[in-house]
Amino acid sequence: MGMKWFGRLILGLYALLIAAPLYFVVVSSFKMTQRFFASPLGWPKPFTFGNFEGIFKGQTMGKYFFNSVEVTLGTVVIELALGSLIAYAIFRFGGLIAKLVFGIFLAGLIVPSQVNMLPIYSLTHKLGWSDDLYGLVLVSVAMLMPLTVFMLKGFMQVLNKEILEAGSIDGASEWKLYARIALPLSAPSLAATATFLFVMVWNDLLIPMLLINSKSKLTLPLAMLQFRGEYMTDYPMLLTGVVITAVPMVVMFLFLQRYFVAGVMAGSLKG
Amino acid sequence: MSHNRSVLWLFLLPGTLLYLALFMVPTLYGLFYSFTDWDGISPSYQLVGLNNYAKTLHNIVFQKALWNNTKFMLAVVIAQTVISLALALLLVKNKKINVFLRALYFFPTILSSVAVGLIWSFMYDPSLGLINTLLKEIGLGAYGQNWIGGVKIALYAIAGVQVWAHAGQMMIVFVAGLHAIPEELYEAARIDGGNRFQIFRKVTWPLLAPSATIVIAYTTIQSFKAFDLIFTMTDGGPNYATEILTTYIYHTAFANYSFGMASAGSVLFLILLSVLTILQFKALRADRVSY
Repeated sequence: MGMKWFGRLILGLYALLIAAPLYFVVVSSFKMTQRFFASPLGWPKPFTFGNFEGIFKGQTMGKYFFNSVEVTLGTVVIELALGSLIAYAIFRFGGLIAKLVFGIFLAGLIVPSQVNMLPIYSLTHKLGWSDDLYGLVLVSVAMLMPLTVFMLKGFMQVLNKEILEAGSIDGASEWKLYARIALPLSAPSLAATATFLFVMVWNDLLIPMLLINSKSKLTLPLAMLQFRGEYMTDYPMLLTGVVITAVPMVVMFLFLQRYFVAGVMAGSLKG
Repeated sequence: MSHNRSVLWLFLLPGTLLYLALFMVPTLYGLFYSFTDWDGISPSYQLVGLNNYAKTLHNIVFQKALWNNTKFMLAVVIAQTVISLALALLLVKNKKINVFLRALYFFPTILSSVAVGLIWSFMYDPSLGLINTLLKEIGLGAYGQNWIGGVKIALYAIAGVQVWAHAGQMMIVFVAGLHAIPEELYEAARIDGGNRFQIFRKVTWPLLAPSATIVIAYTTIQSFKAFDLIFTMTDGGPNYATEILTTYIYHTAFANYSFGMASAGSVLFLILLSVLTILQFKALRADRVSY
């Protein structure tokens, strides 16, 4: 009996430890700055949307938000398209070719983006791609390719070789086998990979930081760092930015929880 | 069949070319820069052999960063493994409330490190921050700290944030491991009259070893590669107290304009990381148990 209550106590305290900061972040974003300074823990009085209005009006927040959407969607779609083609080809080839191709991508898994930041920076500057959102998409796609191939290859092992063989004997083209059989059968794993990539790209700081410098092209994590500079301790404003950045991921998390957990698990364990 | 094969090569082509051009080739360039005295801007540079490596290894900030990396890693690995295991054991049953709590604990994983860093800068703020304010409210104001502004505890304060953000993720790994243990083993142990602690020691713990290895290995590498959180919260300060290898590389390149030196630092960082990764794979292989 004692054990049981001790366990519940721990769970309750940990829930508080996770929820309390999140609660105060959200509450603070509805507070006027003066009210916040007077009572950092109190309830917002008046309860105001002023910070949200201010941040979207005065700032180019809408622009940053749209930049993030554009970069994230672009990266994830291209990544999945190219990555699933590679994973499918590796699966169909089998044997030595599959091992070699897969090995090339495996090698990239060991190299984290922090090691690559200097050469990526100088390469993109040489190519004149710096400060270009399309350049950012392409570099992000390349950087995430090892992980994507790794995840999708693992997922595609569940495909049935015989079905594909049968289809190919019946004269179905490789493209049809890929599009009509392989993709639909691996839909849940594609969904898991996609949600994982969404989290990675939406939240990424390093690659955008290396490539983007003009203010109109910032993505949300970069914009938040700028806010920190501008609003040093105007926490209500700063935390409003945090809330706006988090909302899309929260909404996705609520609807796609299963895929989220599967994707983040697979990605983290292999990364 | 041969026709199909050429189509498969076409499938491989676009993604692989992009990856080679924008990932692999730059990596090799990075290796090359580490043997030069390039500042990152000038059109010309000279080959300096292993000079950068010798200078890096003797650099006091580099050594400090390496030591900070080690301390940060140990703190995160120990705290995160213990906490995620405890939570998993308490939440393993699929009751409704447990499913809810698991989702809540997992939630911080999906926030960006910048967001997490800003949230906790707010929590840790010495005058307005929640932690010091709370301590004051309950009469323990004397324990208030300049959490990330103090040389002594800043690194551990950030380690705590890292654990806050990722313990829930590792908890899920343990929960999956626990679910894979066959129920009959527990029944047999109970029939044999084992108490709670004996059952944990004889059944749960040995069969959970693979999950524990995964958690420890992942957490080790993850904390070794930390960058965003420290960059957001302290940027290596105060007085290098939170400087780790990744921030050292960043500062060497973009604040001191020593691209060659920074590249040598990157290569050394990669070597250390590879050693950790190889150890991870070894440990994972050795720890496969069957039941």
